[in-house]
Amino acid sequence: MLRFMLIRILQALPVIFVVITATFFLVRSAPGGPFDQEKVVIPEVKKALEAQYKLDLPLHEQYFAYLSDLAQGDLGPSFKYPGRSVNEILFSGLPVTAELGLYALLIALCIGVSAGVFASLRPNTAQDYVPMSLAMIGICMPSFLLGPLLVLVFGIWLDWLPITGWGDIPGDKILPSITLGSAYAAYIARLSRAGMLEILSQDYIRTARAKGLPEWQVVTRHALRGGLIPVIAFLGPAFAGLLAGSFVVETIFQIPGLGRFYVQAAFNRDYTMILGTTVFLSTLIVFFNLVSDITAAWLNPRLRAQFKGGSQ
Amino acid sequence: MLHTFLECRLRSLLFTSLILLITACGRGESNVVQGNRDGVLHYGNGAEPQGLDPHVVTGVPENHIIRALFEGLAVKNPQTVEPEPGVAERWEFSDGGRVITFFLNPDAKWSNGEQVTASDYVWSWNRALHPGTGNEYSYMLFPVVNAEAYLKGEITDFNEVGVKAIDDTTLEVTLNAPTPYFVQLMDHYSTFAVHPETLMQFGEMTDRYTPWTRVGNIVSNGAFTLSEWSLNRRIVVEKSEHYWDRDKVSLNSVIFYPTENVVSEERMFRVEQLHYTQVVPLDKIPAYRSMPDTPYVQAPYLGTYYYLINTKRPPVDDARVRKALSMAVDRETLVRTVLQETAVPAYSITPPDTLGYFPPKLFDYDPEQARKLLAEAGYPNGDGWPGLEILYNTQEAHRKIAVAIQQMWKKELNIDVTLSNQEWKVYLDSVTQIDFQIARRGWIGDYVDANNFLDLFITDGGNNNTHYSDPVYDDLILYRAPKAETREARYELFAEAETRLMEEMPIIPIYTYTSKHLIHPSVEGLYSNLMDSLNLKYVQLVPGRQLQGSTQ
Repeated sequence: MLRFMLIRILQALPVIFVVITATFFLVRSAPGGPFDQEKVVIPEVKKALEAQYKLDLPLHEQYFAYLSDLAQGDLGPSFKYPGRSVNEILFSGLPVTAELGLYALLIALCIGVSAGVFASLRPNTAQDYVPMSLAMIGICMPSFLLGPLLVLVFGIWLDWLPITGWGDIPGDKILPSITLGSAYAAYIARLSRAGMLEILSQDYIRTARAKGLPEWQVVTRHALRGGLIPVIAFLGPAFAGLLAGSFVVETIFQIPGLGRFYVQAAFNRDYTMILGTTVFLSTLIVFFNLVSDITAAWLNPRLRAQFKGGSQ
Repeated sequence: MLHTFLECRLRSLLFTSLILLITACGRGESNVVQGNRDGVLHYGNGAEPQGLDPHVVTGVPENHIIRALFEGLAVKNPQTVEPEPGVAERWEFSDGGRVITFFLNPDAKWSNGEQVTASDYVWSWNRALHPGTGNEYSYMLFPVVNAEAYLKGEITDFNEVGVKAIDDTTLEVTLNAPTPYFVQLMDHYSTFAVHPETLMQFGEMTDRYTPWTRVGNIVSNGAFTLSEWSLNRRIVVEKSEHYWDRDKVSLNSVIFYPTENVVSEERMFRVEQLHYTQVVPLDKIPAYRSMPDTPYVQAPYLGTYYYLINTKRPPVDDARVRKALSMAVDRETLVRTVLQETAVPAYSITPPDTLGYFPPKLFDYDPEQARKLLAEAGYPNGDGWPGLEILYNTQEAHRKIAVAIQQMWKKELNIDVTLSNQEWKVYLDSVTQIDFQIARRGWIGDYVDANNFLDLFITDGGNNNTHYSDPVYDDLILYRAPKAETREARYELFAEAETRLMEEMPIIPIYTYTSKHLIHPSVEGLYSNLMDSLNLKYVQLVPGRQLQGSTQ
């Protein structure tokens, strides 16, 4: 297992390096710069600004300077928010985005797994079709539609829940978490249904039933562990996706998270911010993929046996 | 058994949801009700500010907060926008208007209790103009003798720049030429004083990246002081104890929200989380207008929406074609249908009634004349038309206007026009390089004076972007208007320049902007004006007033 982890980490490093390099040169090749504005900036002022951000250096020198700062954990100053470093902005938004992602994932898991398992127990009946159709609607419904819809019903018509903010008013975390989690709940429902269907047709399930075990014990003690492997494998990328993809929900609900900076950095040509968020999120994606691979391997007895045997 | 299991799960799920909903139910007092009682204004500010350093930032959201925290030598009257005393209790002109002496109010204090002195201004203007600071609004001080030369590095001794502290309360400013709008500029944040000792405590004078503007560090001289800055969440300012005119300040604090999403901002207003919105979504305006005691407030705004024309690229290199295009735009219909009466048709670059200046109306919607001009240019009934492209930055509102104009030109002139959209920075690049035939553009005035619009089109001006060049026009704007002895004479010269501009038509004016806000009935003292400039010290909250009707 340790060797497996080491190899995966070693594989991840070049991936992150390529991401940094490609992002660095791509953002600089895009037309328009960070100091371009509708009202033209005086050339002398632009020069001074470029000098302050080392943009007056040749491109390769800027690249090596960035790598050197990065190696020391410094993502540089933000171009758009003078006086703030990219590190500071990332770490101010990350706890909020991570909390939002976590709640969304929990909601997605609760709803998704319940619906998927429920559907798989009576395949091709109404018990299957209804939750799966709902799941399909959930996948198809974008958050920019669901969010305002929930706000309208629960925030404005019923006046039950706050419609914006994060941690300011009790209950303001409910609607954004549901909005962000719903699409993932739908994916998880479909994945767990497929996984469960496959497992429920296995011989050992038949054996368990033949031994006279009650159905709920067959499901919870024997089928779930195997049936949820696809869901576990999905969780890593899903959490990374939730972190990176929370932009729309954060905007709708005025949440002070990371997503808004991530998207706007590109529009603002905030080079250091684009690089910082990309490096950060790509590292997270690689990390969560690694975690989900390891968890899936641990859950899968065949793979576990291979590790114990010392081979890949 | 399975049924029992599922029932249990279902019950627990329902129970949890119920608990969640019950705990959330009855959100209690709204921000507005609470704010009215406690004297707290909840203000939708549009976006997270870049920062709060007056010599570094450039945007509108920053302007609102900085002008709550700092005060200039003069401020704008919120109703007339004419200058009135701020830090300076009075000012005098001498040498034919070239020298202005500001007499500072001895009671004007920094938030740490120290006196605001004339030498603070000299130090601050040195910082604002220093080439190392990279102040994008440094040109605001260019009317001052040698200011431009200092910024461009042509001189290095700031003593040569025309600003002197005669004593603690007397500041003498020498201008290149009489500049009637100069006192107005004293309310622009780029000309504000900062507290030298505070800045030096955190870095060098020209440093852009020090934490001097953070809570606990910042020292300011306005009606409010900074008490909280939660990134992307809110900024809270509280009434200052040391502000010279504190008895007039009614609010105890103001909370600025970064309401980037206009739809969310409107919803926040609807559920009384905000007293004031920065904008109003276009599709919500009719509903708000129809409300009794409507909270919707619309007022003329000092900005023009227009199309730039590349005067060197055929077929728009011919002035007759440019005029034909402009005359074939039915602005009244455009404003009524696409813009839902939220703008004013424009026939000149300068908005009407810019501090008493009314630009001449030199053309009108005249399809007949437009067809004639196009025929004269060699395209009778659109025959032989080589094609034309309108460039705009990707945004639905710009697309709608471009589509409407495209159809008007097809209908009236029988010419085909294509539309092209580009992402904001790519579009800016194209406009700067003048790499287009026709491009959308908007210009918002920095100060209330026609000069701010007309000097855009001087030869090789940074914001000209059309290749338009007329030595007579340059002479009128750069040399003759500044020397005019009376306001009337100056405005006559502006009208002459504007006439020359519209004869060549390097731009197609389309509409004059308006400011659009939702203001809760409990708010008083938030006057509409041409600059959409608020002075929060005059704002009062009256408890007990509620929004009438609903727009759901």
